[in-house]
Formats: sequence, structure tokens, C-alpha cells
Amino acid sequence: MARAVSAKRPKNMAYTVKRLLSYMGRHKFSLLLVAFLVSLSVICNLLGTYMIRPVINGIASGGGMESLVRGVMITALIYIVGVLAAVGYTQIMARSAQKIVYDIRKDLFNHMQTLPLKFFDSRQSGDVMSYYTNDVDTISDALNNSFAAVVKNGIQIAGTMTMLIVLDWRLSLIVALSYSIMLCYVRYSAHRSKSYYKAQQRSLGILDGYIQEMVAGQKVIKVFNHEDENLKGFNERNDELKRVGTVAQAYASTMIPAVVSISFLTYAIVSLVGGFLVLKGFTDIGSLASYLVFVRQSAAPINQFTQQSNFLLSSLAGAERIFELIDMKSETDEGKVRLIKSASGVWDWKRDDGTLIPLKGDVRFHSVTFSYDEGHPVLKDLSLYAKPGQKIAFVGSTGAGKTTITNLINRFYDVDLGEILYDGIDVREIRKQDLRHSLAMVLQDTHLFTGSIRDNIRYGRLDASDEDVVRAARIANADSFIRRLPKGYDTKIVSDGANLSSGQRQLIAIARAAVADPPVLILDEATSNIDTRTEDLIEKGMDSLMEGRTVFVIAHRLSTVRNANAIMVLEGGRIVERGTHDELIAQRGRYYKLYTGMFELT
Amino acid sequence: MKELKKLFSYMGEYKRDFFLAMALVAIETCFELIIPSLMADLIDLGVSGGDVAYMLRKGGQMAFCALLALITGLCYARFAARAAYGWGANIRKAEYEKVQEYAFSNIDRFESSSLVTRMTSDVTVMQNAINGGLRPLTRSPIMFFLGIMFSFTMNPTLAVIFIVMAPLLGIVLFSIVRKVAPMYTVLQKTVDGLNSVVEENVRAIRTVKAFIREEYEEEKFESVNTALRKTGTATNSTAVMNLPFFQAGMYICIVLIMLIGGQMILNGSLEIGTLTGFLSYVMQVMNSMMMISNVFLMLTRSLASAARISEVLDEVPSLKESEHPISEVKDATIEFKDVSFKYAQSAKEETLKDIKLRIDEGETVGILGGTGSGKSTLVQLIERLYDVDNGEVLIGGINVKDYSLKTLRDAVGIVLQKNLLFSGSIRENLLWGKKDASDEEIWRACDEAGASEFLHRFPSGLETDLGQGGVNVSGGQKQRLCIARTLLKKPRILIFDDSTSAVDTATEKEIRRALSELKGVTKIYIAQRISTVMSANRIIILDDGRIVAEGNHEELLQRSKIYNEIYDSQLKGGTL
Repeated sequence: MARAVSAKRPKNMAYTVKRLLSYMGRHKFSLLLVAFLVSLSVICNLLGTYMIRPVINGIASGGGMESLVRGVMITALIYIVGVLAAVGYTQIMARSAQKIVYDIRKDLFNHMQTLPLKFFDSRQSGDVMSYYTNDVDTISDALNNSFAAVVKNGIQIAGTMTMLIVLDWRLSLIVALSYSIMLCYVRYSAHRSKSYYKAQQRSLGILDGYIQEMVAGQKVIKVFNHEDENLKGFNERNDELKRVGTVAQAYASTMIPAVVSISFLTYAIVSLVGGFLVLKGFTDIGSLASYLVFVRQSAAPINQFTQQSNFLLSSLAGAERIFELIDMKSETDEGKVRLIKSASGVWDWKRDDGTLIPLKGDVRFHSVTFSYDEGHPVLKDLSLYAKPGQKIAFVGSTGAGKTTITNLINRFYDVDLGEILYDGIDVREIRKQDLRHSLAMVLQDTHLFTGSIRDNIRYGRLDASDEDVVRAARIANADSFIRRLPKGYDTKIVSDGANLSSGQRQLIAIARAAVADPPVLILDEATSNIDTRTEDLIEKGMDSLMEGRTVFVIAHRLSTVRNANAIMVLEGGRIVERGTHDELIAQRGRYYKLYTGMFELT
Repeated sequence: MKELKKLFSYMGEYKRDFFLAMALVAIETCFELIIPSLMADLIDLGVSGGDVAYMLRKGGQMAFCALLALITGLCYARFAARAAYGWGANIRKAEYEKVQEYAFSNIDRFESSSLVTRMTSDVTVMQNAINGGLRPLTRSPIMFFLGIMFSFTMNPTLAVIFIVMAPLLGIVLFSIVRKVAPMYTVLQKTVDGLNSVVEENVRAIRTVKAFIREEYEEEKFESVNTALRKTGTATNSTAVMNLPFFQAGMYICIVLIMLIGGQMILNGSLEIGTLTGFLSYVMQVMNSMMMISNVFLMLTRSLASAARISEVLDEVPSLKESEHPISEVKDATIEFKDVSFKYAQSAKEETLKDIKLRIDEGETVGILGGTGSGKSTLVQLIERLYDVDNGEVLIGGINVKDYSLKTLRDAVGIVLQKNLLFSGSIRENLLWGKKDASDEEIWRACDEAGASEFLHRFPSGLETDLGQGGVNVSGGQKQRLCIARTLLKKPRILIFDDSTSAVDTATEKEIRRALSELKGVTKIYIAQRISTVMSANRIIILDDGRIVAEGNHEELLQRSKIYNEIYDSQLKGGTL
């Protein structure tokens, strides 16, 4: 079956193959068995077919009925072994392939969990998904279809080649020459189709992007009667893909007929040359006939081998991408300081040498500089402090660096220069897991998981009892709306909580933080439109959650800002104003302008 | 399979290429069948007779055939590629055109990401199926029938074995395909399940990391991964059984032919040469059956895609254009007469109930209400983004259903809550409102929408590139551009669905002041902030799909409890 040749080629083949083999190595026994059974099946096939000759010769030389039946019985036996071997290897392969792919997927996902946030922030989620949807898939297909086929074709090619050389080495020179030409052609052709396919992938990407953007904006298109213009844009891109794709595909599918024709030509030349050899007395006509049968037989496996190898190469490219991810460096975590809970229920930091430091929630930034991309600092020499139990609010326009500050506290990212001290300990010295355990975050965009509302709240602390969950929901002010849902806490969340309003989703996120019950809280207020009554609920929920904790809040609501102990106004990665609400209002500076609506907060 | 047939009809102008490609494969197949017989002649007649001229002639003929096979093969590649890619493009186009006809309710029914998949990867799957399936699907039947034909002419008695074995094998292979088809559907669902776990994880990775739930997520993945392994094993181990069954069928044939043919040779009714020749046809016939079964397995896998594409194509647009549409809106008075509406027939409660409302031409009306009170729904009925279930919506005394959709939507400008800008320059985006707008018109709209202020600060002004989804401007700037875009339409009725929520209050006030100077334009503001609607002629409060209060700011302060609640909370929150 002709498969579309993919443009993807692995860059570092040897390494990728080695890695892939190590996965296959875990099922060494099964795969060796597969290889053995494939060989057995091929040999039985050849042997059974070969048996036809002695059986017929037996009849011809007057062997009679008895010899016929005996010969047929032997053939039948060989064939039965062949079929059993085929059953065996197909079944074992189907199982092993799934296990190997299972292992790869598992390592891929588990390693992805350890990657730093930068990995996720610097990629579209579609790109990350493509590891699972495309790359794993090509490996799976290759294992399911190509592994056994390659072994089989390899044996067939080796077998027929040996036979050819044994039968007539002179004619085999011609065959060898022709096959080298074929191989060169295949390599050249694959190389050329690569550039065609690149062009195709580019057009496909452009079209996909267009469809994605326009379908997302379909309602806007309707409102503006913009359907016709939109169709025009689509047609241009669709036609371009058709044009480029046709060229690429037409080129790729010339490979098989070309290879087939070369093999026919070889066949003709060998027949002729062989004929002359017979005439000159170098060989006899019977040998030539059987030689030609083998020449003809050799074409099919070579043809298949080319196709399979193309396919294998593209799956190796997929494997390479996967191994690149698995080889990426995990989040660094050389912290040694642990968080422990004493018998009296008080949390302490425990240093390596056993000294205990009580967990208070005192956070200080000392001249912190940070950039996501080198050369573009987001925070510049920033210093600030939050005393235990204080509420620190950050305000400022988009891109001022508010979210970045919270990203640094719990070490989603690490500072470039300066340091962040948590109860006097550099956050880099604290074990990441323990650091994050001591903080809870309510993020701007609430993401919920498939499952019940109860499960989603419990995400904050997995061993929370049902009562704990309800208590947390009460603190967050979420209890009343949850109870009014037909299934209450057991209501199923579907597709990221599409069945809830954005305000309700936030309430659940607050409950999630409440159930974790951490000493330090980071709140990134949502900017989305929420009606006043739900907003009231959220505000009250946040207020009760913040009681007695150190809180960093990125504020979009002035009501939240107003009762903060300290307000930091950020601008271009620097703190331009700081103070309490009253102080800042009195200053009549940036904050005053924001507060009185002269600037946009979001 | 019904869906495949239907999708095939989209081959359209590429039918010629498709059939030409098939014909070329057929011809190529014939050359392949001729070459061995030429070779037999070359050896049997040429070499045995020592006739060098004959040998050269036959050799030349073989080379010629090889050349012809190459030419047909190359032509085939061209036609097949044109057919496959043309077909794919046609299907995509049909889907895309269909989606343009969709009403809002149709769009709601599909998720937009699912619509995208149906137009992109599902089409690619179909395209690849035809690309890969065309050749074997043409070759195999030819090989099959020619093989059977030749074997019958050679020896009808032996050929009877085919008559028995071919259907038997056919049934077995077919039942494997039938058994596997539903398994592939289950497999696809399991794959989707795994992908959605990954997707959720990737999207919520900050939550995962903040709560240190990596291990929990790994366990979750472990269970879907295991499920996929099991389903995958079950499906594939069934599907691969077609190989041993095929081999068994072929081997049984060979053994039977050897046995029966051998006996026939013994009693003198068969030549040895005929028997060996006959056996080669066995392989040919059985091989072709195997090929056909493989193609069917592949098509089975593409069925899911075909079904999903068909759903898009078969969806009936839920808005019908009137048969004699009115093409002018004379009067911008809006009237709701006992309007009820719900989004889905299955929904228990109506989103809007018995709405009676009249908004005069040139009037400014504000609408307040909590989430889910039906504010957005109400205004979307005005330009027929949805159709009412009961009652009617009138503009200028005429039912909105009687206007042509184009007229209606040109006359009504709505700034949606979930609004979008598209990739391209700011100018290109604004021109959506009016294709041939002059610079002067554009700047006037931008002035009114409060967008000029920041546009002047942008180095490239109107030519600033927005990037996909308008990423290069802030939330408030985006909203102001969306307003400018709508103003360029010069609509008779202007609707703002919470369109200034991210705009600072000072600018918002400016915008409202500028808009109040548009005379004769009916304006509706939906808002969360009382400050947005305070100055309207009339404020309407919706609760649970009903109008619960109506009046101007002062009146409502005296009469409405809800209004007072909202007012108090916003006064306290400092948003006023």
C-alpha cells in the first residue's frame, strides 16, 4: 500500500535509533521471538513453494499415488507451521507494540510534568499536544506495521540475493548494478520530495491557522456580513494548498512506478544477456529460467522495503522529537530545606543541619532582576518586603511585571540577579515541593479538571475529607451556589467548566486554595466580566481566605487594593510608587490616576 | 460507507482525473502481466532456437513495455495526486461554505476547536485514504479477475477449487473487517480520552505545579494510558488476524491443487507445465484478495473522519431567509412582543420569558442584570442572531424575519461581548465595518470610539500589525477598536454588549458623549457598571429572563431594590 511520504527526517539518526532500541529492549524476548517467527514464516513460505518441484518431479519420475500423498502431506505440514508462526508473530507484535508505545507515552508524560514552566509558556498548547497526537502515533504505526515487514523483507531480500549469486554470479553483477541505481534514485527522490513537502506543510500551516482564527471569530463574521470576503480568503489559501500539495504528492508517487520500471528493465536486460550466455554455452536454459524467477521475485520486497523505510524514517523523526523532550532538563531543584509540621500543628522550615525556623510568611525581594528572554528584563533591580500577615497589592498596566513577581516567589521561574528570601531563607535553598506547599495560588484564568466539583476543590489537598471540602467552599463563599446546582458537589465539570459561569469557576478556585490552607497566598484577580452580585461573593470569599495570611495580590479591582497594607504600583518592571491607599491618593501620582479611572487597569 | 459514497460526490471536476488515474493503473497492471509472457517467448522460442534477432526483438519489446509502464506510472502519479488533493480541497471548501451559512445556534452546537479539526485533519485523513487506496483498489480486482479467468481457461476442473476457496476466504476477511470496524471507533474514543487528559494538564500546568500535583496527574495519565494499551491491543490483535487467515486460505488452495492436480497428472488428464503455471495464479488471486481486505481496513479507520465531516455538511442552518426579503430598514424603532426564547429545545427553563419592550428610534437604553439574566440573549434577537421561539421582534414595525439578513445586519451594529480582532493591520480590521472607508471616515470612527488617542501613539498608526487574535493591543484598546469597527458600519441601531468593561471610566465617558451626538441612532448599552447606563433615557433591569424594572436612574433608585443593591455595592467598591 502506498503511504504518503513524510518530509520529516531525523537529524541524529544513530542516537534516536539507540534510544528507540532501548525501549524495544525492554521487550527483547518478545521481539526476538517475533523476528524468529517472522523468519520461520518466510522460510516455510519459500520451502512450501519449493516443495512443489520435488513433488511434481516425483510424479514425473513415476512415484505414483503414495509419493504424491507423502509429498503433499509434507507441504501441508510446512504450511501449517508457517501459518502458526504467522499467528504467533502478528499477535505477539500487536501486544509488544502497544507495550512499547505505552512505555514511551508514560515516560513522555511523566517527564513533561517535571519540565519548567518556561517549556509550557514558550509553546502553543497545540504544539505540545502534537507530541502525543502525531509523534507517538507515527511510532505506534511503525511498530504495528513496519517492524515485522522490515524483518520479513530483509530476510526475503537477503535470501533471494544469496540465491541469485549462487545461481549465477555474472548475471548478478547486472542485478546489483541495477539495484544500486534504484537505491540512488530513491535517495535522490526522497531528498527532492522533502523540499516539496516542506512547501506543502507551510501551506497547510497557513490554511490551518486561517481556519482556526476565522472559525473562532465566526460570530463576528456573521455580525459584519463578512462571509463573502472570508470565503475569498479561505479559497485563496485552500487553492494554494491544493496546488502545492498536488505537486508534492505527484512527485512522491512517481517513486513506485519508477522503481517498478527499473526492475522491469533489469528483467529485460538480464533475460537478453542471460540468453546470450546460454547461446555461448556459459549456462543452460533451465538455470536461466529459474534465475529469472528469482530476479522477478526480488523486486517486490525491495519495493516494499523502500516504502517501509520511508515510513520508518518519518516515525524516527517523531521519536526524535519525543526523545528531545524526554532529554530536556527538569526543573532545577537543589533545595534542601524542608517543611515540617510539628506535633502541635505548627509549620517549621528544617535546615539540613537540623535547625528549625518557624514558618511565618515573611517574603523579601533583594534587588531582583529577571527576564524571560535574554536582553529584555521584565523586572529591574526590584526590592520589596512583605511582613507576615500583610496584604501586598500590585497594580499597574499590562506588561508592567505584576504576574512575573508571583512567578518568582514560588519559583515557576528563577531570578537572574538578586535574591528572594522567605523567612530569611533563599527560596532556591528550599525544596521546590515544600516551597509550593507553603503557598497557594489563585490564578487569573481558572482551569478546572474533568470530574466532580468536589474533586476539583480537593485538588488543593488530596486527603481533605468531604467536610473539609464543604468548609473550604464556605470560606470561599462558593457553598451556596454549589448547593443550588442539581447535583450539588457531585456536579460534573465538563470541558474546563464550560457549564459554569466564569465567576463560579473563580469561586471554586478560591475554595481550592482554601482547602490547601497555606500560610502564604498569591492571588491573581481575574479581569473577566462578572456581575456585581457574584463579584460581591468573590470579594467576600477572598477576604475570608486572606485572613491571617501573607497575601500577594495582583489587583484589578480597586476595592481589593484599598484595604491592602501596602500597594506597589509597577511600571516597566520597577516599583514607581508604594504606600497605603490613603498615602498614595494623597500623593496624586500614578495610583491616583488609576484609581480615578484616568488610566486603564487591565 | 454511506458517508464515503456521499463524500465521493465532492470529487466534482476531479472525477476525470480520478478515473484517468484508475485507468492508468489498470493499463500499468496489464503491462506487468504481459512482460512475463514476453520473457517466456524470449527463452522458449528465442534462446532454445538460437534466434538472436527474435531474442533482440522480444528484449526490445520488454524494454518498451517497461518504458510504457513508466510513462503510465508517471501520468498516474499526476492524476491521482490531482484527484486526491482536489477532492480534499473541495471537501474543505464545502465545509467552510457550509459553516458560513451557519446561524449562531449551529455554531454553538459544534465547539470551534472541533469544527477546526473537522476541516483540517479529518480531511487530510480522507485525502490520504484515497491517495493510498486508489492504486491497490484498482489493481487488485483486475489481478483477481484476470487470475480467475486465466486459471479457468487453463483448467476448469482445478479452477473449481477457487470457486470454493475464494468466497470462503472472502467471508473470513470480510468478517474481520466487520468485527474491527466498531473496535476502531472505541479505540478512537480512548485516544481522544487520553488526549483530553494531556490537554487539560497542559492548559492547567500552573495549577498542577502550584499545588504540586505532578504525581497525581501521572496517576491519572497512567490509567488512561493503560486503557489505551488494552484497547489498542484488542483492536490490533484482531485486525492482524487477516494475515494468517489469508495465508491459510492460500496454502489450502496450493495443497489442494497439488493433491488433485497430482492425481490428474497421474491419470494423464493434466500436463506438468500447466500445473506449475496454475499455481502462480493462485498466488495472484489470493494476493489481490488480501490487498482488497487491507484497503477496507484502512477505509474503516477513515470512516470516523468521514462521519465527522458529514455532520458538518448535513447540519441544517437554523435561520431561513425570508422568501420576499425587505431590503431597507426605514425606521429604527425596536419592539419585542411577548418574546420567549431558549437556546436548546431540551432546556428546562426559558432564557427569556414574555418580554414586552419598545425602544423608540433615537432612544438610548441601558440594560442591567446578573450573569444568566438574559441580557446578551435579548439584544442578539434584534439582529436575528437567534430566532425567537414565541412572540416576535419588530424593527420599524416589521418582523425581523421579513428583512433580508444582510439588510438587517447592516442596519444593526452590535459590539459583541466576546469580541475578536483578526490578524492583519488595524486598518484591515476596521475596514470590516466598511470596505471602502476613506481615511477620514476611519479616523472619525476612531475619534468617536476613543481609539485615536492611542493610535496616534503607535509608530505605524493604522498600519500596526495586530497578530493573531489582536495580541498586540491591550484589552481596553481592543474594545475601543471593536467599537470603531462597528461605528464604521453607520448602523441605525447600535448595541454594546458590555463592550467597555476594560476601558477606563474617563475614556468611557468620552465615548458615550461622542456617541450621544449620533442623532436618530437607537442605542442599547449592556453593562455591569451603573456609570455606563446612568445617563440613558431608560434603564431596563433583567432578572432570570424577565424584565423586572424599567425607568431612568432616579426612578429606579426610588423604586427598584435590585438597582439599589447594585448601586450601593459599586459605590462602596469605588467603581462609580
